[in-house]
Amino acid sequence: MCEVAIVGVGCVGFRPITLELSYKELMFEAAVKAYEDAGGIDPRKDVDVFVTCAEDYLEGFSIFDEFVPDQLGAALRHLFTVSGDGMLGLATAYMLIKTGHFDTVVVEAHSKASDILTYMDIVNFGLDPIFNRPLGGHPYYIAGLEMNRYLHDTCTTEEQCAQVVVKNKKNAIANPYAAYGADVTLDQVLCSKTLFHPLKKLEISTPADGCIVMVLASEKVAEKLTDKPVWVKGVGWCTETPSLETRDWTRAIYTRLAAEMAYKTAGIANPWRDIDFAEIHDMFAYKELQHMEALKLCDYGEAGKLTEEGLTALEGEFPVNASGGLLGMGFGLEASGLQKVLEVVLQLRGEAGSRQIEDVEAGLAHTWRGIPTATGAVAVLSNVK
Amino acid sequence: MSAKIKHFPGEPIETREFREGKVLTESFKPKAKYAWSAGIAVSRFLEELKNGRIIASTCSKCKRIMVPPRIYCEKCFKPTDGWTYVKDTGVINTFSVSFLAADATRLKEPIVVAIIDLDGASENMGIVHRIEEYGDWKEIKIGMRVKAVWKPPEERVGAITDIKYFKPVKE
Repeated sequence: MCEVAIVGVGCVGFRPITLELSYKELMFEAAVKAYEDAGGIDPRKDVDVFVTCAEDYLEGFSIFDEFVPDQLGAALRHLFTVSGDGMLGLATAYMLIKTGHFDTVVVEAHSKASDILTYMDIVNFGLDPIFNRPLGGHPYYIAGLEMNRYLHDTCTTEEQCAQVVVKNKKNAIANPYAAYGADVTLDQVLCSKTLFHPLKKLEISTPADGCIVMVLASEKVAEKLTDKPVWVKGVGWCTETPSLETRDWTRAIYTRLAAEMAYKTAGIANPWRDIDFAEIHDMFAYKELQHMEALKLCDYGEAGKLTEEGLTALEGEFPVNASGGLLGMGFGLEASGLQKVLEVVLQLRGEAGSRQIEDVEAGLAHTWRGIPTATGAVAVLSNVK
Repeated sequence: MSAKIKHFPGEPIETREFREGKVLTESFKPKAKYAWSAGIAVSRFLEELKNGRIIASTCSKCKRIMVPPRIYCEKCFKPTDGWTYVKDTGVINTFSVSFLAADATRLKEPIVVAIIDLDGASENMGIVHRIEEYGDWKEIKIGMRVKAVWKPPEERVGAITDIKYFKPVKE
């Protein structure tokens, strides 16, 4: 089977609000950038399939799929929508190309979080209506539940979680696509208000607006379009039970199984050794640590210590979230996965500016669909075929 | 049930038991509120409705005058490169007479919704709006000429309803 590469990326945002643009205009701008980046392809004839990723309730439209073709150059072309994170769209594009029937596939995901006036009510609407919703409370208590048990079982400290925030927000300062870069101290994080014990205010990512479009191509087309293809070596995804009553509250098993699926295809035996850096879903600070362990980058309960020792800092042995993560870039709703992939692509092309990690060949992108889900996805990318 | 499993948990129930409320449900009213940014093209369109005018965006490459306006031409995928006003008159492309309200209750007076190709816009471009002052709805025809009836300037707010409706006009 042919290899698959990412040959073009386009990003608009991420910013706290984009009142001046409609979601369509946001998508158009990201698409124009991606097609230009992919050697100037014409979406009206050079793209075989378009895959967009969106969840109706986050858009405020029923059957949102129908509102997306024009601004991507996909009118009267072959398009469908995946109701999920952008990385599931990327996995879909990868598979479409692997079939041998399609050479060029476009993936899109965006966040227009600022258009949602009752974001937390929408998240709450994702809770089980019989067992959980009637109990009340802000749905982010689910993160508090998980963090509490994770700290209890692993002896990870609150300081170690807070260190994730310090690192990521600092990395974000060097990222023009990041909305919330800042120089914060460990004390500031630890002293920020406890919102969902033991989770504190500064450990929670803030939603942001933005759009990412990517062009994927088969080997033969990729090499014509770009000198810097980024190869998709493996993808994986997994969903745990939705039931809060029965899911695992310590280990992110969905991420473990998604990673195993991706590593198997990519031939990764030891991720810490075989991969150079990672972009990991950090909607909440402790999630970066929990996910690092699930991704087999270290042993269970070890991620906090590695972070504290600076091994995952930008200049560390294995940088995690050089982009600033979601804590620094802003939480891009269904675009989160592509935020992760975007940074890995830029790093592997050597285009990450002052946050560039030296001598990188392979990077890991990981996503989670956020509260209240237990769905994760992983992609292993490389600049070597 | 299936070839391998002969029995699922539970008992068969009858319509009567539904009616008597013996089947339990949980109800919930979602609080879903949005404020969609109109953006560059649609904001201009809404502003102009307030002025009593309909504006289109143009693509000089495809020679298209597009209404509702957008900032891209979906045919050639280039950004649009101009603005122009179109008329508030046009021709009924198609119409339907709706005897039901959105909640499926019967209306006393039907609502006539039409696709109107506006004068000055490219082919198959225009506006969706209601038709009123038509007399008997059976007199409404595809191809019939119509004109916008606007709200008075002081009542316009920059919304599609700044045009009250379209009414048939003589050729």
